[in-house]
Amino acid sequence: MAGELPFEKPLLELNAKIEELRKFTEEKDIDFTDEIVKLEARAKSLAQEIYGNLTPWQRVQLARHPERPTTLDLINELFTDFIELHGDRLYGDDAAIVAGIAKFNGRPVTVMGHQKGRDTKENIARNFGMPHPEGYRKALRLMQQADKFNRPIICFINTPGAYPGKAAEERGQSEAIARNLREMASFGVPIICIVTGEGGSGGALALGVGNRLLMLENAFYSVISPEGAAALLWKDASQAQRAAETMKITARDLYELGVVDEIIPEPMGGAHRHLAQTAASLRDAIKGHLAELTDMSREELVADRYEKYKSIGRYAALTESI
Amino acid sequence: MPEERCIVLLKDIFYKKRRYATVQTGQVQEDKPMAKEVPEGLMTKCPKCGTIAYAKELEKNLKVCQGCGHHFSMTAFERIAMLVDEGHFFEYDSGLLSADPLNFPDYMPKLEKDMEKSGLSEAVVTGEGTIKGYPAVIAVMDSRFRMGSMGSVVGEKIARAIEQAIEKQYPFILFSASGGARMQEGVLSLMQMAKTSAALAKLSAAGGLYISVMTNPTTGGVSASFASLGDYNFAEPGALIGFAGRRIIEQTIRQELPEDFQTAEFLLKKGQLDKVIPRKELRDTLAKILDMHTVRRAN
Repeated sequence: MAGELPFEKPLLELNAKIEELRKFTEEKDIDFTDEIVKLEARAKSLAQEIYGNLTPWQRVQLARHPERPTTLDLINELFTDFIELHGDRLYGDDAAIVAGIAKFNGRPVTVMGHQKGRDTKENIARNFGMPHPEGYRKALRLMQQADKFNRPIICFINTPGAYPGKAAEERGQSEAIARNLREMASFGVPIICIVTGEGGSGGALALGVGNRLLMLENAFYSVISPEGAAALLWKDASQAQRAAETMKITARDLYELGVVDEIIPEPMGGAHRHLAQTAASLRDAIKGHLAELTDMSREELVADRYEKYKSIGRYAALTESI
Repeated sequence: MPEERCIVLLKDIFYKKRRYATVQTGQVQEDKPMAKEVPEGLMTKCPKCGTIAYAKELEKNLKVCQGCGHHFSMTAFERIAMLVDEGHFFEYDSGLLSADPLNFPDYMPKLEKDMEKSGLSEAVVTGEGTIKGYPAVIAVMDSRFRMGSMGSVVGEKIARAIEQAIEKQYPFILFSASGGARMQEGVLSLMQMAKTSAALAKLSAAGGLYISVMTNPTTGGVSASFASLGDYNFAEPGALIGFAGRRIIEQTIRQELPEDFQTAEFLLKKGQLDKVIPRKELRDTLAKILDMHTVRRAN
């Protein structure tokens, strides 16, 4: 199949062999049933072996898989009556972020996320999911609208990062990200953020200040890409695999660091293998967290978010400080 | 020389601190033997125009080159000394030290080296003081310590300083000098951007004043969080300010960038800053702004 990853090769080869034997059985009238049963059992344990012990780098590859569900895929699965809304009212409409209003379980919400493309053409149009300031400002505008109309905000995070370009700098990439961080901290509505693929540093965080931060099982979230870290650490971008381990970027790592509230399981082989199943797990998680947040007052929601981020970080206190 | 003066200042400040405040904070710097400073020459050469000046003269001129106006970087305590009324600074949280949450290779030795080199416990010094009699909570980053990068301690100290500003109803003034988030603390560093910005949201909601002064350099995650969130965003002349690094941008867009790209002056032209303020005018300008925000005078 398209987009097969190197570490999946043994399994895919085995599956191809099983398929071949099946065909043989049908066409040549030779009975391979026993072999097939045996091989299928082996394929099952091999799948378990491969997907049950994914390395951080393998998860990075799954998170970046070209067929990974995009934000629009997930919105279509999880919400009804989605109406996409455009533009930041200041400069333009950034296709790297999609946003709009929709219903979740019958309840009006504002939903948004980074949007990657499926193929090269679409990826160019979407700028590979790397927003400019106008993308973050569109997101902010619609979050302010959600705050006004008391709608929960749901953000899907899936970006290599904010776009490092000349125009982006000139229009205030830093300011756009910074403002979102501050404003997201102050909204009086529930905010649920979910890293669905790549969580690329500040460009991801700019949609990521929520009462809850959830991650799909194979998503990753990092202050710098594994390639970038490798280039800085060992002056060699090809050491990305090692950097992926050193940087502690998997959902499990972030859960243990107290950053992520829940890890959402993916189907065997990754989210792209079964969109409906992925969506079902996401739906359950969003439903549960939204229910917990629904009864909180506006002030409580702001305070809850503040406490969440205030408590993140590890340090040593040498003496008593004020 | 600058470093020598810094040591004297440090001790001054700690000494005065005890008189000034009743709360005892950690004496990190005093417990450690001061780093042996490499004796600098009598003369300092400006990296921009080559003008050679007596280091003492340069210092008197607030470390600004007489020839071309180049602003040399200042240590955190030099900055504090330049800014606050003599003897009126009380440091917060000097006992917060970085841990090594990711077990990152070589992180601890690097921290120790920078502590020794800078005489600081971390890349930001926070505290309260008065500027021409106006009280303020002040945070000053120091690029000599891990390039001023923000890890858990920097984020926590800044957030705590902001909380002090809220509680005391003091304005908050921050001098940034940072390469961005601290890679060695991974995603925890990233989350400090959210932590500090959330604290600023609280300050803003309480009607508090926040003045951000960006000094060379203010980039990456620091630029994309608290440094850009001032009610007033100022910068020192020539400071490098930006989100992405110049080389990365050039590689991405495959074109050369203008010479002055990401300088304070460039950003001013692009509408991203309120004002570029030469160092000599900084204390006066800040005092004026504090005055206009009708902060009650100390004493």
